[in-house]
Amino acid sequence: MKPEAPTPDEGADSGRRAWLGVAAAGLAGAMLAPGVRLIEVAQAATPGAGADARVRWGMLIDTTKCASGCSDCVTACQTENGLPAPTRSTDVQWIRKVDIKEIKTGRQASLPVMCQHCAEPPCVDVCPTGASFKRADGIVLVDRHTCIGCRYCMMACPYKARSFVHEPVTEQKPEVPRGKGCVEGCTLCVHRIDRGDKTTACAEACSKAGHGAIVFGDLNDATSDIARRVRDLQSRPLRADLKLDPGVRYQGL
Amino acid sequence: MRLRLVLILSCVAALSAHASEQSGRTPQPVIEKARAGSQCIAAPDVMRRTHMTLLQHQRDATVHGGIRGAKASLRGCIDCHAGAQTHSVVKASGDFCVSCHSYAAVKIDCFECHSGSKAAAR
Repeated sequence: MKPEAPTPDEGADSGRRAWLGVAAAGLAGAMLAPGVRLIEVAQAATPGAGADARVRWGMLIDTTKCASGCSDCVTACQTENGLPAPTRSTDVQWIRKVDIKEIKTGRQASLPVMCQHCAEPPCVDVCPTGASFKRADGIVLVDRHTCIGCRYCMMACPYKARSFVHEPVTEQKPEVPRGKGCVEGCTLCVHRIDRGDKTTACAEACSKAGHGAIVFGDLNDATSDIARRVRDLQSRPLRADLKLDPGVRYQGL
Repeated sequence: MRLRLVLILSCVAALSAHASEQSGRTPQPVIEKARAGSQCIAAPDVMRRTHMTLLQHQRDATVHGGIRGAKASLRGCIDCHAGAQTHSVVKASGDFCVSCHSYAAVKIDCFECHSGSKAAAR
């Protein structure tokens, strides 16, 4: 996805962010000495700011644009996170495609379902060790260092969004550590977000395929594309009756 | 009964004989030099004693707080200390982490989930 230039109506903050992005990109290429780049020195000295509590990351999925046979988002997720393609029902699955049909009218829809990154996550409520947690920016994650693999969170999740790793894992991606005996699920590409990227692997693949059914962004930023769409168009969370306030919303369901 | 006593005594004698010539019997860890031109975050004696504490403290800040690129990071260790041949800290028995840990008989759990290979080598 091409980075967008800031529009004049965006706040001073986003303008500054864009400038910093450009500045960082320029610095990244600057070599101090052979093999030592300025960005490495900067990274060693100052750690990243971390998850921002003013941000609420979310996704808006337009089911009218989501194509029934397409599973590009699922493939992109597997590639990004180093997940093997599932061959058995017990294999891990962070995102899946669901086809639904209203029996009375025959209307069909196709949609991806992944961790809905609830504001009131039941997986966090039931976790006995505190391994299942919500980050300040609304991303629900599993801390694999403290996960004991009890799978209570899998039982608690109404979206069946989490999987258990049954087999030993090798050849993990350096930025996505994962292993046997832990529960895991969609991380909203947290390693990309912390890097400063503005999109997830699934959203990127969806727009690359020409569907553009997944919009990722900051729900709290009134000027963001997702906030504008959520405000203007009718969308709803899955199982709204549970009042979990998910960060993922669906349009055209 | 007497036979067992003799056996035990001979074992003890054999062990004490070996203890005196220990340097030849115990394989010393091979410590491969870090990537040329890199500087470790602390002195070698500090790192040898406290690397596990530094990493454990940092992992919570990273996982829960989303703070990346801090001073102590496992990726940082791997990037400098990955073996020249294997591009990994755990693949071969002579690689940086493995050689010391097998000498000290301390199991490393890190690499059951984390990749021990350098990012560029993948």
